[in-house]
Amino acid sequence: MEFLQHELLNIICYLPLVGALLIIFGINRENTKAIKAVATVTAGLDFLAAVPLWFLYKPAGPEFQFVIQGKWIPSLGIQYYFGVDGFAILLILLSTLLTFIAVYSSFTAITHRVKEYYVFLLLLGTGMLGVFMSLDFILFYVFWEVMLVPMYFLIGVWGGPRKLYAAIKFFLYTLVGSVLMLVGILALYFFNGPGLAAIGLKGLGNPATFSIPHLFTIAPQIPASLQFWVFLAFFIGFAIKVPMWPFHTWLPDAHVEAPTAGSVILAGVLLKMGTYGFVRFSLPMLPKATLKAVPWIAVLGIIAIIYGALVAMAQKDMKKLVAYSSVSHMGLIMVGLFALDPAGIRGAILQMVNHGVSTGALFLLVGLVYERRHNRMIAEYGGLAKVMPIYATFFAVMTMSSIGLPTLNGFVGEFTTLMGIFKANWVWAMFAAVGVILGAAYMLWMYQRVFFGEVTNEKNKDLKDLNLREQWTLIPLVILAFWIGLYPKPFFNRMAPSVDHILQRVERATQQPNEARQQIAAITKTTPPSAAPSQGE
Amino acid sequence: MSLSQFIPFLPEIFLAVAGFAILLAGISLGKRGARGLSLLSLGSLAVTAILIWVVGRPVEGAHTILGGMLFVDTFAVYFKLLTMTASGIVLLMSAGYLERSDYSPGEFDALILFATLGMMIMASGANLVSLYVGLELMALSQYVLVGYFKLELKSNEGAVKYFVLGALSSGVLVYGISLLYGALGTLDLGAIRAALTASDTVNWTLNLGIILVGFGMLFKVAAVPFHVWTPDAYEGAPTPVTAFISVGPKAAAFAMFLRLFLGAFHPELAQWRIVMWIAAAATVIYGNIAALTQDNVKRMLAYSSIAHAGYALIGIVAGTAMGLWSVMVYMLIYTFMNLGAFGFVIMLETRGYAGERVGDYAGLAKRHPGAAAGMLIFMLSLAGIPPTAGFMGKLYVFSSAVQAGYIWLVVIAVVMSAVSLYYYFRIVVEMYLKDGDEDEPAPLVRDRWLDAMIGLCVFVTLFLGVYPAPVVGLAQSGVHALGLG
Repeated sequence: MEFLQHELLNIICYLPLVGALLIIFGINRENTKAIKAVATVTAGLDFLAAVPLWFLYKPAGPEFQFVIQGKWIPSLGIQYYFGVDGFAILLILLSTLLTFIAVYSSFTAITHRVKEYYVFLLLLGTGMLGVFMSLDFILFYVFWEVMLVPMYFLIGVWGGPRKLYAAIKFFLYTLVGSVLMLVGILALYFFNGPGLAAIGLKGLGNPATFSIPHLFTIAPQIPASLQFWVFLAFFIGFAIKVPMWPFHTWLPDAHVEAPTAGSVILAGVLLKMGTYGFVRFSLPMLPKATLKAVPWIAVLGIIAIIYGALVAMAQKDMKKLVAYSSVSHMGLIMVGLFALDPAGIRGAILQMVNHGVSTGALFLLVGLVYERRHNRMIAEYGGLAKVMPIYATFFAVMTMSSIGLPTLNGFVGEFTTLMGIFKANWVWAMFAAVGVILGAAYMLWMYQRVFFGEVTNEKNKDLKDLNLREQWTLIPLVILAFWIGLYPKPFFNRMAPSVDHILQRVERATQQPNEARQQIAAITKTTPPSAAPSQGE
Repeated sequence: MSLSQFIPFLPEIFLAVAGFAILLAGISLGKRGARGLSLLSLGSLAVTAILIWVVGRPVEGAHTILGGMLFVDTFAVYFKLLTMTASGIVLLMSAGYLERSDYSPGEFDALILFATLGMMIMASGANLVSLYVGLELMALSQYVLVGYFKLELKSNEGAVKYFVLGALSSGVLVYGISLLYGALGTLDLGAIRAALTASDTVNWTLNLGIILVGFGMLFKVAAVPFHVWTPDAYEGAPTPVTAFISVGPKAAAFAMFLRLFLGAFHPELAQWRIVMWIAAAATVIYGNIAALTQDNVKRMLAYSSIAHAGYALIGIVAGTAMGLWSVMVYMLIYTFMNLGAFGFVIMLETRGYAGERVGDYAGLAKRHPGAAAGMLIFMLSLAGIPPTAGFMGKLYVFSSAVQAGYIWLVVIAVVMSAVSLYYYFRIVVEMYLKDGDEDEPAPLVRDRWLDAMIGLCVFVTLFLGVYPAPVVGLAQSGVHALGLG
């Protein structure tokens, strides 16, 4: 047990990789049944392996738990360093659940090149999980980029008519952002170490390390000018991933062309990586730049909220509508984060999970009807509630969850986020609230057009309702939606220490520099000894 | 000068003798015996490597031999072994290719060995004259190799362009050397470094000499604006030759480049750095942009190799110990990933110039999943996506430049390396995303030696991507040889 607990993160991260290797080398490509079975079992086991994190994580304990630390590339001080806090645990659980659902929901949707499909889906799982676990910047970056490759293939091979364009656009967009992020990482690294000679920036002279907990501790010493440039580099990387307006143009293409499972993962997990990056790195490591950036990001976020909602309203394609709704929802999350208020950040983090649940489910639902009709146009449908009552019920629950009806998850998240935004700036809150209202409008309008009225289209007369497997892909998400809606306390409890740490670190930046040093000493006591390298001067 | 001075030079002497022997054997064999001669050449490289280990290694510290003509140091050993490995892989890759062609293998193998000998001297030269002799030996062998398919127009065209421009650049290089001699009165690298360290006045004859030598070197590594020969030479040359000139001679040229600019000319860093900065930026930008529109895979890889020379130049701009060893690591990683990619092109070339167009790769993943997966790894590595070695190489080089404060140069390089993904992935798109039902893809050559060599490159590319520490350790041990440590 001891061993299992110590290696827990390794097991969770690499289990999908093992499954993928098993499929590549162990199973003939004709034997699709075995491939599906192995993929489903691996993804399911991976979720079960992640569940103990929820119970074993101690909110009162050290900031990062389940730590695995070792040397990797000593010449640059790069470590193999895994560890999670409450915030990461929520996203890890979400990722493993959505990976399982993505695998389980693809049985009938994917009929050609089945072997490669499940291999890429599982590899994607390993990449995503590594991102949320890494506490070494280079390790983080490796997983961050590794994940692009399987996603590229999922869109490019099994996607819609414009798949080639969408796939390479997705890849190039995110790659440009992430390589600039790498430059920012290197600048921080050398500032911590010997400094950047030619531009006259003296370093702190600490031992070379990419350790993220260590970089938290030097944050107050980073001069504002360096913070600005590094923030900008990180911002481009994360904002493209979120995606924030005006970097969002890859998203509708990628979503519309991707196969259903790809869209579910893309919306459910990949977009969260951008916001995860802001929460994990930008806020606590670059607090001075963060404070300066708040109004800019709030404005961009508000534009995204309103713009995303308005564009979604004008869509004729259901999938595109859901895709643009993501732009709007992610905008709200960004404004909530940069309100720099405990409620705002908590709400935003919960909203990340909520968005994964409800948008993931909506993509699944759109995919299910697309599988039957090979058409996603709203105008093609009408009166579906009569033909497919179970489907209509699931769709209704998820629509309500997306627009934030009380008793469902969206309400708790949006309400808390808006509360935080309101405390920071009531004007922002007003605009954000308009976005929420618009969200209700376009979702309900779509629901009305698709499900109510008479069945006008002959082709829809004998559509089959959801079978048991299809229902089971949705039931976990419905349960989760109700759980968060009715009893969100365990979620808030687990993220609370992370949010407190972030806000402490941001606030510290505004205080006197000589006080900052004492604060670092206080912080290092709350982190495990291994995570707090020596304080050089 | 006692005879014992020749002992560390035994590997080179042996290789020269072996080259002539294989040349003679080749003449008597005619067009037969490609595989036997390849093995024989590989054997002589192996013996040379053993000799280097036994007598050619700096057991009691770095020193010079033959009247200060050659260094015996870890830096030289690193690059000698690297270029010999590249030659060995090319020899095994080309055996089947030569068998299928109408040309005799003897001269081919001998020329590869002679070029290797030149590269070894470039790696260890301690005097501008010995460096130049090594460079010319390598270059002359290459000119002939590029034109090896003497009945093919493209091959001839490439050879002539390469020769004329190569001769011109050698002239520039020699002119630079003469200016250096005029200004300092010595050709010995150690003496040049000492003289440059001692003087604190700006000497324009000297600086012009350094710049002209720099231009010569930029030509040899195919950096912009001295790159125009590259696409034609790469396209026209028989593919194994293209594979060879894109890695071995480039690595050797970088060895000489490092030896000169981070060794002898290092005291004048502030004078020449701006030139290298501009060359590096222009090379990275131009190489990557020009590669975007290429439909011929060999031309595309030619521009890609220009771009990679640009990345390596960034380490020279950094001018630090880390810059030095990062370039050494980069050249090793680049050697394996580029050889692997060219090995794949050879695989597709059943005869003549077939299988060179991007469209010839359509639907390969379906028919040959293993081969396509290998090519995917090389493309990812060339684009610098982890967990492949290409990422680690770039990480080191870019780190060294950020540390030296050249952040804008790194920004240019990383953005351009993101751009490079587009053209590398054109091949991936063809292989994986196109069905290739309409146009039949070129059939693959089944050649065990070629498969084995590509497999080796895949292994190294992945292994160094996950665990680069051993190679870094080797390269770092070479740093002290140049006095940067």
